[in-house]
Amino acid sequence: MKKKSLDMYQICIILIFGILAVLTLYPFYNVLILSVSNTVSVANHSIYLFPYTVDFTGYQTILQDHKFLSAFQVSLFVTIIGTAVNMFLSVTGAYVLSKRELIGRKVFLTMILFTMLFNGGLVPTYMIVKQLNLINRIWAMILPTAINTYYLIIMKNYFLQLPAGLMEAAKLDGANEAQILVKIAIPISKPFIATFALFYSVERWNEWYNALLYINVEKFAPLQIYLRDILIGLNSQLSAQAQQMLHSSQKVSTTVVQMATIVITAVPIICVYPFLQRYFVNGIMVGGLKE
Amino acid sequence: MIDKQKLIKAKKRAKNDALLYLLLLPVLAWYILFCYLPIAGGISLSLRNFRFDMGIWNSPFVGLTHFKSMMSDGDFIRAAKNTLIISMGRIFFQMPCAILVAIFLNEIRAEKLRKRFQTIITFPHFISWVVLAGILSNVFGSGGIVNQLLALLGMEAISPITQSDSFRVFIWLSNIWKEVGWDSIIYLAAITSIDPGLYEAAEADGAGRLQRIWHITLPGIKGTVAIMLILAIGQVMTNGSFDQIFNLYSSPVYKVGDTLDTYIFRESFINGGINYGYSAAIGMFKSLIGVVLITISNKIVTALGENGLY
Repeated sequence: MKKKSLDMYQICIILIFGILAVLTLYPFYNVLILSVSNTVSVANHSIYLFPYTVDFTGYQTILQDHKFLSAFQVSLFVTIIGTAVNMFLSVTGAYVLSKRELIGRKVFLTMILFTMLFNGGLVPTYMIVKQLNLINRIWAMILPTAINTYYLIIMKNYFLQLPAGLMEAAKLDGANEAQILVKIAIPISKPFIATFALFYSVERWNEWYNALLYINVEKFAPLQIYLRDILIGLNSQLSAQAQQMLHSSQKVSTTVVQMATIVITAVPIICVYPFLQRYFVNGIMVGGLKE
Repeated sequence: MIDKQKLIKAKKRAKNDALLYLLLLPVLAWYILFCYLPIAGGISLSLRNFRFDMGIWNSPFVGLTHFKSMMSDGDFIRAAKNTLIISMGRIFFQMPCAILVAIFLNEIRAEKLRKRFQTIITFPHFISWVVLAGILSNVFGSGGIVNQLLALLGMEAISPITQSDSFRVFIWLSNIWKEVGWDSIIYLAAITSIDPGLYEAAEADGAGRLQRIWHITLPGIKGTVAIMLILAIGQVMTNGSFDQIFNLYSSPVYKVGDTLDTYIFRESFINGGINYGYSAAIGMFKSLIGVVLITISNKIVTALGENGLY
């Protein structure tokens, strides 16, 4: 009797989460099937579950757009170089701040934590970035977000709980702190560090805010800004191009082009997601803000 | 002899520390350039009438004028009110949702299934609001899947994103959709650290499932909830909603959806209607409120016997 009711309970919970999972994923799936449809299939059918046609004209339109290719390259650059900068600063910073005996450590930590509470605000930050001569430079999408304080603190907490003995032994052998970091601390933390590299790279790939603020030139517009322009319909050249195809035998609607762009923008995240979730599920992100 | 050894040790220590400081230097330089310089600039600018030819440090000093004029600026008051309402809604709706998701995910016995559900509902967290706004605009658009289904059921079409009576609800729900999985991770971690012996003892005493949740799980995550609550309260004026709202809102919903962040952005960079000094003053106001609120809520939480943030 008890066993049976227990199963009912499990079934109910699993059912509810099943519905939640469908609600989470369906909008993405809907975009995917719309991205391979065309004007005719959109007009004639309501597309719920399966595409009526598989037509890649939307993707072709995007891939032929030189602005897309430029935006893709910018995003790739920002993601690779940006993540490298992120990781260099976060790993060295976290390592040094994990040294309990360092004089002034408390002061540095307080100074860093304070910035989570108090910031200069939009316009003053813009003015400083401008004074640093970063406007319309690709570095404006990398330097202002070079450190995520939250990640830095979690990484510091991680380094704090590494076995001290190993590092002390290396120190007695004459290794200096930089050598210990590179030869011991980083190698024994590889999966942890890789996780944060992934977190940072997702952030950099999703970068649009700094670009919105600091980049006014087309050649440095990242993919997210390109997508934004397409969604709002600012990209007149592309809609003209789509229109041209519309009159030709190939039928493509702006919606299809928009959906195809969304898919292309999201695909890299989907690719790294399996690696990401392996670690955050284990609760690695929960280092907390406290010492 | 002993003194000599001490001296060598001290020398070694100094050398060691010098290298650590050197390693920390780029990090400190970054915090000074990209956090403290803007804070200093923000304080300076908020007390000045900005002039392009004089810059943030030398424009004419006007004292607290900007802060006073905020109090009679209808658009500012509206934006402050909206910010507060949207943040409060997040605390009241999104936090309990995340806690519920964590509790019931933890109840799933099949570990593989549990992890799979968690993986799925956490996924939207990693997608940018630019992409999500595109997806949601399509799904809830006039020809979108939601309205197709409503039409099929013979119901009236809806457009929650562009209508002012549904915009806030849409903002709350869509943020829950994006973040509930992610938010639940921290509570799930707290739940898994509860001593399983407590559950066994309660079961032996004949406590039902809901009783166990009520008397063991909830008290067990109280501390985590308190910390998250303090953090959320400290952020009611900023709450990181800029990305979401900026990508979803439009002029018909300004009156319910325009927040301080979007207001400052629009007036400073798109309309150019306000003085940069005034924008900076609003920014300072936001940060100050945040510090005050986080201090107060931390005091309350510690007074109630929980561990606070500091």
